[in-house]
Amino acid sequence: MSAPLLELRRITKSYAGVHALRGVDFDLQPGEVHALLGENGAGKSTLIRVVTGAHQPDRGSIAIEGKRVTNLTPSAAQQLGVACIYQQPALFPDLTVAENIALRLEPSTGLRLVHWSARRERARNLLARIGASISPETEVRALSMPEQQLVEIACALGAGARIVIMDEPTASLTQKEQHLLFAVVRDLRASGVGVIYISHRLDEIFTLADRVTVLRDGESVGTSLVGDINEAGLIRMMVGREVTQIYPPAETEPGEVVLALKGIGSSACPVHDVTFDVRAGEVFGLAGLVGAGRTELARILFGLTPADRGEILLNGRPVILHSPQEAVAHGIAYVPEDRRRHGVVLEMPIAQNMSMAVHRRIFPGTWLRFGTERRHALDFIRDLAVKAYGPDAPGGSLSGGNQQKVSLARWLATKPKLLILDEPTQGVDVGAKSEIHKIVRRLAKQGLAVLLISSDLPEVLGMSDRIGIMRGGTIAAVLPGKADAQEVMALALGTAK
Amino acid sequence: MNRYFRELSVAGALGLLLALLAVVAPAFYQPQPLLSLATREAPTLVVACGMALVIICRQIDISVGSQFSVCSVGAGLLAAHGWPAGLVLLASVSIGALLGAFNGVLIAGLRLPSIVVTLATLVSLRQGLNLVRQGEFVNLPDGLQWFGLSQTDGQWTLVAFALGLLLVFAVALRYLSAGRFVYAVGTDTEAARLAGINPQRVTFAVFVLMGALTGLAAMMNIIQSPQVQPLSGNGLELKVIAAVVVGGVAISGGRGSVWGMFAGLLLLACVSPTLTHLHIEAYWEKAIQGAIILLAVVADGLRSRKENR
Repeated sequence: MSAPLLELRRITKSYAGVHALRGVDFDLQPGEVHALLGENGAGKSTLIRVVTGAHQPDRGSIAIEGKRVTNLTPSAAQQLGVACIYQQPALFPDLTVAENIALRLEPSTGLRLVHWSARRERARNLLARIGASISPETEVRALSMPEQQLVEIACALGAGARIVIMDEPTASLTQKEQHLLFAVVRDLRASGVGVIYISHRLDEIFTLADRVTVLRDGESVGTSLVGDINEAGLIRMMVGREVTQIYPPAETEPGEVVLALKGIGSSACPVHDVTFDVRAGEVFGLAGLVGAGRTELARILFGLTPADRGEILLNGRPVILHSPQEAVAHGIAYVPEDRRRHGVVLEMPIAQNMSMAVHRRIFPGTWLRFGTERRHALDFIRDLAVKAYGPDAPGGSLSGGNQQKVSLARWLATKPKLLILDEPTQGVDVGAKSEIHKIVRRLAKQGLAVLLISSDLPEVLGMSDRIGIMRGGTIAAVLPGKADAQEVMALALGTAK
Repeated sequence: MNRYFRELSVAGALGLLLALLAVVAPAFYQPQPLLSLATREAPTLVVACGMALVIICRQIDISVGSQFSVCSVGAGLLAAHGWPAGLVLLASVSIGALLGAFNGVLIAGLRLPSIVVTLATLVSLRQGLNLVRQGEFVNLPDGLQWFGLSQTDGQWTLVAFALGLLLVFAVALRYLSAGRFVYAVGTDTEAARLAGINPQRVTFAVFVLMGALTGLAAMMNIIQSPQVQPLSGNGLELKVIAAVVVGGVAISGGRGSVWGMFAGLLLLACVSPTLTHLHIEAYWEKAIQGAIILLAVVADGLRSRKENR
């Protein structure tokens, strides 16, 4: 056999002490479609960034066409024939197809005269090679998503790419467009190009790929020929981890229904026909893949996106939520995902962060009272064991887990009835994670209804009393807690019979 | 003390300048010219209080000069019609607040960028005023000047009033929820929204306040002379924005204080008399003021780069 197009050996990469990849092996042969599969956060994106030169691995070796490369940069990777086609094509919408292709392929000296006819001609040839009927003179703005992806592929071909990475290319395509794209992928394969194909859709992997590698927690679980494995086997590989964490048990019987959703949907986001309820003292988990509509649903419940279909009942009474202020007034609290951006104001002291949502309650008069604010913060710092040098520490000086606790404190201060947690432990170290789990369980015990959104499957399974699985903007199923991981994954992927 | 480093360094620069003047041009410290200087700057200080708020809220209002002219001419015409001084003051503030509300509706309501909206209102208000008034001066009735006080008493009153207002804003920004919310919205609008604050309402209120203060400042200005100049507000926006920026209010929002703005305003205001006393040509004034602004912006840029590392 000839040398593989790409060979990764024992690639390790960590961000701020968190291991994203631990000793991953991966190879790609000429004329092969090699699928890469794994849960959210399993390390697929990091692996791609290593191959495209966007990130340097901490350890391990990369060889392209048999030659070992070190210090791979994005431009070096391009010259070595690596091209990546993202889910959202990165083209300039106001330029024509020919101009976009030229921008990628021509050296950028900025002072050379432009050969317009040559540009158009080359674009036409490249597009013809992949069988795309797109005029080079069209503005990219006027193209559909799959057409834009074809332009990206044409760019890759024009650059002489031998290794083409496709990151969930079909996520926004219709059935018919998918078949067109598959045909192009097969052509690429026939011409000796190697394709790394990332997808959550197992059926695509079975129709298109030759081999599949499954990543889990930054490690490669295994590589298999597609003919040697079935869907159940793949799902087992994806979720089959030993439980490394002890989750605090539920100790109370759920009480009254706090939140009931009846056929909720919105025209402003892809959420439709969502029906379920959450009881006092219950942790209701929301599982699903990225893009399944979980955060969108949370934003509806917090009044950030209007729901124009269905009914939201709080404590049995229908409510209409136009704004976060109204949601807060109804006893809803939302600890958003991505706390670095919006959960905690990084420049502000944590005392100010913690009081932000409850000014009216803790400052009943006209004036702010710094003493009261300080005591309020100290109570939460003690209660949630926030590690900071004091209430005056700016939010940005804290670790991820402690920022999350500050964000949580802000919302607990509003004395909510329903607490929505969106990815509460993402990017949090193991110790803080287990502390947050204990806090959540304690809150439920105190009678709070908790809606827990998490992409961390063991976390949802371990923490939830019931689990709603979202797929394509709606609830695919509601399972009891301690459900089977493979069943949940199969429902999230849409392969359950 | 690190937190107020930026404010203190401006105050330090001002102190140095004043010390220099004490040595080389003691004539600067004559009470009457100093009082006149302070009186001229009093309306600017009032407008700059509003501008500090606007910029802390991560917005900008470059239409204040035009608002100032419109309020001045409007108030002058009403006074010439025989309205009592108190009512004229109220009218001037109301006109300003209305103009500010117009900006606010476009910026907070329609979420348009404030630089574009206020550029449009800057030009249209100025040209509209030119069209209607053809550059005509308004003659004011006798009783309006210094509100009927003696000149010295009137000057003291204006200066004391402006300083009092500065104090009110300093206290409000630090000790009122509303002040805290302005900082929160300016630092991270989305975080503020997720924390249950209504950023649109905060932004709108800030622009209304900006307009009202401009109306107030216009009134403080017209009572200083027997006539209203229709172009009196031209260039005011640059003056106040410069004071705010030199005083350490971050143009990217969420940071700074009115005390810093006050030091910045004084520093810039002292440039012109310094040049006079040192017998340097007045042409240098703008160049030196520009250099001070540049220095402040570079200092802020270096500081935020250091913090991001």
